[in-house]
This record gives sequence, C-alpha cells and structure tokens, in this order.
Amino acid sequence: MLEMRKDIFADERDDNLNVIGKGLQRQDMPGHVTGRTRYFDDHAFDGMLHLKVVRSPHAHARIRSIDIAAAQRAPGVKRVLRGADVPVNKNTLLSLINFGKDDEPSLAVDKVSYKGEPVVAIIADSEAAALAARQLVRIDYDLLPNVFDVEEALKPGAPVVNETYPGNYFEYHQRYDHQKLRFGDVEKAFAQADMVLEHRYQMSPIEHAPTETNGSIAAPEQNGRFVVHSCAQGLFFALGTAAKIVDVESNRLHFIGGTVGGGFGGKVDALTEPLAVLGAMLTGKPVRFVLDREEEMLYGSPRGAERIYVKDGLMRDGRIVARSIRSYFDAGAYTRLSSYAAIKCTAHLPGPYWIPNVASDVYVAYTNRCPSTAMRGFGVTAVDFALEVQMDRLAEAANLDPMEFRVLNAYRDGDMKAHRRVAKNTALIECVQVVAEKANWPLSEQAKRQSSLTGGVGERALIPATPLDQRGQIGRPDTRNAPSSQVLPAGTARIPLSKQPVMEGDRDGRAKPTQVPRYESAQPIAALPPYQPAQTSNPPAPAYQPPPAYQPSPPPPAPPPAAPAQTQHGAVRFSSVFGTRRR
Amino acid sequence: MARHEGRGMASVNYPIGMNLGGDPSQALIHSNPDGKFTVALSAIDLGQGMKQVSRQIAAETLGVPIEDVYVDTADSDTGPHDMGSFASRGTHRMGNAIIVAAREARGVLLEAAAEELEVNAADLVTDGRGNIHVRGAPSKTITVKATAQAAQFKQGKTIAGRGIFLIPLSAVDADTGEMNPNTAFAHACLVADVTVDDETGEVEVLRMTSAYELGRVINPRMVEQQLVGGAWMGMSHALYETPEPYYPNPEHGPRDFNEYLMPGPGDIAPYHVTVLERPAPDGPFGGKGPGEMCANPVLPAVANAVYNAIGVRVDELPITPEKILRGIKANGGVKPGPRRGGPVNWR
Repeated sequence: MLEMRKDIFADERDDNLNVIGKGLQRQDMPGHVTGRTRYFDDHAFDGMLHLKVVRSPHAHARIRSIDIAAAQRAPGVKRVLRGADVPVNKNTLLSLINFGKDDEPSLAVDKVSYKGEPVVAIIADSEAAALAARQLVRIDYDLLPNVFDVEEALKPGAPVVNETYPGNYFEYHQRYDHQKLRFGDVEKAFAQADMVLEHRYQMSPIEHAPTETNGSIAAPEQNGRFVVHSCAQGLFFALGTAAKIVDVESNRLHFIGGTVGGGFGGKVDALTEPLAVLGAMLTGKPVRFVLDREEEMLYGSPRGAERIYVKDGLMRDGRIVARSIRSYFDAGAYTRLSSYAAIKCTAHLPGPYWIPNVASDVYVAYTNRCPSTAMRGFGVTAVDFALEVQMDRLAEAANLDPMEFRVLNAYRDGDMKAHRRVAKNTALIECVQVVAEKANWPLSEQAKRQSSLTGGVGERALIPATPLDQRGQIGRPDTRNAPSSQVLPAGTARIPLSKQPVMEGDRDGRAKPTQVPRYESAQPIAALPPYQPAQTSNPPAPAYQPPPAYQPSPPPPAPPPAAPAQTQHGAVRFSSVFGTRRR
Repeated sequence: MARHEGRGMASVNYPIGMNLGGDPSQALIHSNPDGKFTVALSAIDLGQGMKQVSRQIAAETLGVPIEDVYVDTADSDTGPHDMGSFASRGTHRMGNAIIVAAREARGVLLEAAAEELEVNAADLVTDGRGNIHVRGAPSKTITVKATAQAAQFKQGKTIAGRGIFLIPLSAVDADTGEMNPNTAFAHACLVADVTVDDETGEVEVLRMTSAYELGRVINPRMVEQQLVGGAWMGMSHALYETPEPYYPNPEHGPRDFNEYLMPGPGDIAPYHVTVLERPAPDGPFGGKGPGEMCANPVLPAVANAVYNAIGVRVDELPITPEKILRGIKANGGVKPGPRRGGPVNWR
C-alpha cells in the first residue's frame, strides 16, 4: 500500500499540475495484459538461423587446440566461428566512454578465464542442430591454477586471471590499484575515539533472473544494413559495441528495442548482439542468439560479490567521528562495469551521515568466475547492507536506540560530504520520523524536532586538512602499507565544479527546463565559525541531545481527528499519517 | 523450540544517474496535422514504465491531454541518442530532455494559435483538454487540432521540438576521491518485522513499513509498483538468492528457477510505503528516480531484525537457515534483544 505525505516539504513544490502526479494507466499496459506486446524474440524471420556457443568447462585453462571440422560437417550447420573470425575480438563496454582498457574477447583465443567462457560459436538452421554440433567441437585445454577469492587474487604470486590487468586489479588513474577516498584524518580520530568497531561483511553474487533471457535477432536489411531486434538496456551502448566488434560504421546497424522483459542491469553488456550481427553478415541470413535459462543463470553476468570491511570510531554520546572502509568488488574474469561501480561506491561513502573523518580504499579484483556486471543499486546495495548493519552495532555500543542514532548522525543540507561537495536536498531525517510514527517506534521529542534543513554549521560545512598517501601503486604491492606522505590543507578542492547541465535552451535563448544544479565551492577555512558539534542553526530547532540510553516510551496518543495538513518541514510531529492518503 | 519476533530498521540514500556524468539523453517531439504528438526516444522500457513517465512529462509540458501523446521508443533510425535505462537515470535525464523538446514544440503551437486568433502568443494558455485560449478570455479560443491543421496547411510551421539533457563528465581525484557525482539523491527508511524459528532456522518477514523521499512523484501507481517489487527483491537478496551459496567456492550453481531460491507467493510480506516529495532542483518537475534504491534498505533491516529476534549477526548474505542455526549454536542459544515499539500504525 502506498500513501502520499503531501504536507511534508509542501512549500518546496507547486502542486498545480495537470497530469504529473496522477496514477494514470500506462500507454503499454493493454498490450502487456493481452499478450500482444512484442519483445525482441517475437520477430522471427523466414530462414532464420540459430547461434549457440561452446563454453569452457574449466575456470582457468590454456587452449591448446580447437578442432571444429566435425562440427562444420554436422547436419544443418552453416558456419562455425572462432575468435579469429571476430574482427575486433577484444573489447570493454565502457571504452565507449573512454574508461578502461579492452580486456574481453567475444570468443576466447589463447586461454579461458572462467567456466562458461564462450570459445566457439555454431550457426545452424535449427537450435537442435546447433546444440548437436556443439557436442562435436573438440577443444584441448591445459589447466591453469585458479583463484576465486578477491583478497587471494590481490596477493603477489596469485594466478594472473586477466592479462590486460596482470595484478588482478583494475588500475585507477594510471597510478593506483584501487580508488581512494580521503577526507580528514581517520587515524588520528580513531586514536581519540571512545570506541573503535571493525567488522567484515560479505555480499554473495546475485542473478538478475529476468523473465526474458538475454538475446537478439540480427537480419540483413537493404543496402548493406542489418536490423537488430535487441533486449538491450542501453540501445546505443549495444549498437556501438556491436559496431566496434564487427568493425562496421554505426549507420549500417539499425537497432530496434525499447520493450524489454526485465533487465535489472543484466542487459547492459550487449552479450549477444555482436555475434548475432557477425553471424548475419557472414551467412547473409537472419541469425538468432538467445541464452537459455541455464546459460542466463550460470554465465549471464551476475551482480558481483563484494567484501566490505567497515571500521568506525565512536564517541560515548553516539557521534561517529571516523569511518574507514576497505572493500573488494569481485569483477570475475573481465571488467565489464565493475570499474565504474567502485567509483560510484566511493562517492556514496560514508553513507547518508555526516562524519568528520572518512577514508576508503575500493578495489576491483579479477577472479576466475563469470564476469559480474551492473545490477539494481550497483555499487551501493552491498555497501548499504554493510553500513546499516554496522550502524545497528554502533547504536548498541553507544547504548542508543537505532533510530535516535540515525537522526543524531544523519547528513543535512549544507553539510560537506566526503567527496568534497556540499549536501543539499536531503531528507533522511524526515524519512526516519515518518517511519517511526507508522511503526509505532518511540522517538524522543528532540529527535522528532530535527530537520534536514538545518545542517552545514561550523565544522560540518568544511573540508578538513587531509593526510595523503601513495599506497597501492600499480605493480608495487610493497607500497600497500606506506605511510602518509603529505597533508592536504583544509579547504582544498582540486576538481573543477563542472557539473552544469548542458541543455539546448542554454544556447539558443529558449527557456531552461529546470533550475540547474549548482555545486557550491567550499568555504575558505579562514571563515570558520567555532566547532559546534551536532548543533542546528535555525532558531526554532533546539540543539539535539540524544537520550543517554534508549528508554522505550509509551505508545504515542492517537492522532487527533482531521488535523490540518502540516506544511512544516522536519515535522513538529506527524499527527496525520493517514489524514492525507491519496488513493 | 520457538519462533522469536524481532524488529530492525535501516535508513539509506541513493544517487540518481550515472555517477560521473557524461550521461546525455535526447528527445524529439512532433505533432501530426491533427494535433497529436509523437515523442521519439531511444529510452528503454524494462517494465518500469519509461514510456508512461515520458508521456506524462511530455503531456504536462505541452499542455495537451495525455491521450494525445504517444511515446515511440527505441528505434535507432528514428529515436535520438540516449545512454539507456540504468543507474536510476531514466526519469531524471530523459524527463529533462523531454521538457526541453516539449517546450520548443509548445512554443510553435502557441505561435500558430496566436496567428489564427490574431493575438500575441505570450497571452495564450492551454487548458490541458485540447484547447488554447487567451488568458482571462476563455471565449477567445482555438483547439490544438485546428491549430495544428493551420500550421501544416496554411502557415507552413513545424510544430516540433528537440531536447537534450547532459551532465558533463567529471574527473575524479586519484588521491582524495574528490568528484562531482550525482546532483540528486533520494532517501528512505524501512522497518522490518520478522520471526525466526530457532529449530529450523527459517526467517519469515511479517511486514515492512517504509518511507521514501523521491522528489516529485510523476505517477504514484508506478512508484508503488517499483517500491513494492523492489522490496520483494530486497527480501529475496536478504534471505534467499545467490548463484554461489558457499561463495567464494564457485560450486552448487543453480541452472533454473527450481534450483535458484526466491520467495514464493506465500512468503510475500504486507508492506506499507509512505512517499515524501522534496523536489530535486535539477529534476523534471523535481522528479528523482525510485528504480534501484527500493531493495537496498530491506537487506540490512532484515539482518538487524534477525539480530533483534535471536541475537545472531549474519554478516554474509544471504541469511540462510544454515547460517542462523550455526549462529545460535555459536552463541550458546537464542538471545533476544529489546522489544522496539508497539504494533504498526497501519493495516
């Protein structure tokens, strides 16, 4: 069930709108419920051929030889492809935005790096013929030692999973074996904290499990073009990737998609389009390449596992004064999108809280398993699990109620975030307050009076002096424990505030669609007001003092009938949880 | 042997759009001679409702009835470039591009109407029901249809618009991680009530109670669909799913839905969501994006509820009966935590 609380933040909105905010029936709903919606696999062609791949049975092995002679002679087989038949047989998806090195073949050539890696593709006039011929391909392997644990993979001497990244880590900024976050002095803060808690968290891989498995159909069009019916989550990502791998100009490919049977991140990789297009080019016939359910489950790119170590410095009054995180994304054998997720994860730390000293080292490690990729909440889901279980532990250690503890440490408008930008448009406290009331979870009066609008005071708004280090240089595992080398002065920002959106209206005098976001520069350190922990600036809100220990209070009184809609933020109290229900 | 009740909570935020920018979306809109509009995109509808969100944003901005707008996506020959549907970016990025395009098309529409009515275009308003009239003088009016016909056959005007929304790529500092990440964040808090059976190790989610702040809600039913579906996924991640149950040991991979565990219909928990709207300064009508974050608070809230019920911390997902029973054994028995609050305030 869903209810709208229009009373909260009401003065930040103009609700005088015509169709926005209405629960109107979807344009595509009649097609979905009557089974008439057409997905990629509803576009069969006369004379369509079927492509199946032969996958490696080994997690890590050198390929000694590939014998396709028997498969080529098998009934119904039109063409058998090996890596040498793929025009550009090495790619990484984010090369389209110039991020990372090409590291993954479409069909393995010298070695396989995970169980299920495609080695040979068979194109036949039926799925059954392709599957039968798959049994006839003979590949000789020399087994190689393998590594499945992210921390083992990073140790010197571990088997090299991915020759493009011989240290088994993604290389950041051509300098480090991980992505750093440094804000304040965590070591000093740990030394001064009343308590230090460190715990290890592990998220296992997850399968996207879409109803529609990955697949595509490519067919010759007129004039040397090819039409591709695709399940891609990014149409032009898939088009650009296919054009690169088969080495044709992008306007020779005509991609059609947009109606997809579930993705959750598992359809960003263009797993099937390049080989389907190549097959159509080489045979002159329509070619369909669809993963079956077992392939989707085992070899269709999962959400990668993440191992996360969280170390926090806590004061007895419940303030978190330092948070240090070391985490490992398990990329599997190739990069795909893990490199990007590590940066998104870094920007997310330390979670929706204001903490004066934060550091993190996020590694992307290669292991001999199916490459992982994006999935719903990419870079954030696993770390949120770790942070919020850790928060539960910290609350208990400080003898505070978990909700009071969240309100005490929540980030607010104007607070400086660890990536050195000012927080705005925050609303964590209000969400806690509303849930507490709905769940009948007692909150102190002070916690009920807090607001996201009143942060950014004193130290909370400033970039602290920050020790820097050269730990983890590429190819230098011996540098992983190096000491800090310099201190970056307080207030330092080195990345330009480049986040101004570009819209056509900016250039030709048309109205801009929305107010554009503007990051504010850090205030100079000289203008520093004295440190006032956890105090709020606006006069009506008294300074928040968490209760020394959690005291369950009696259930709140029943809401008064027909309470007027609240227009105040931060909510004096939530007297009308059900008074403003909308549907 | 008994079933123990427990309650846990978590609060989270979530960034909207590709973290580092470099993340454009384009939209093209045109009218046919009857005043019916087509929005041409390359956005992807994964079931989340991208077509309908686009349609509502276009209709609102054009000022025409929703029935008069059709969204055509995604054909690379006709739909202009878009990065895709991921990173909770669809509504925010594409919505802004559609607003730019729709404003341009609306501008031409009003100019054409002004010519027919012999008034100044700046004095015209739309009623959202297919009519254009002079502000304060509703009798001085023309339909969108008649305007479009005049534009096409008399005036020679193209009622069309083009739009792009781009947040440029930002660099990341190698030493400090300084960057310009997302410009909009959504927020949530969730309470999970569970029981844990100390004999079988089974966890049942009794109910979930949440609040989400999502900026402007474009379509509340589609928000509900996202949040309820996402909560199911969160339960599933917390308690059931993984293709590698003994990770990092890669064995025991599932091959189909018989072997890959997920909650069934009998496991679905009653769920109450409250939505708050703090508009994003750079969002379309203030919209953010609920697509990804809706599973996130469920995982830790369930883990914290299990701890509250029996005193066992399971720090490796999923929280399987095996891990629960091993935890109880290691603790020397069940150690329930304090009761938190009373019965929920909703049914």
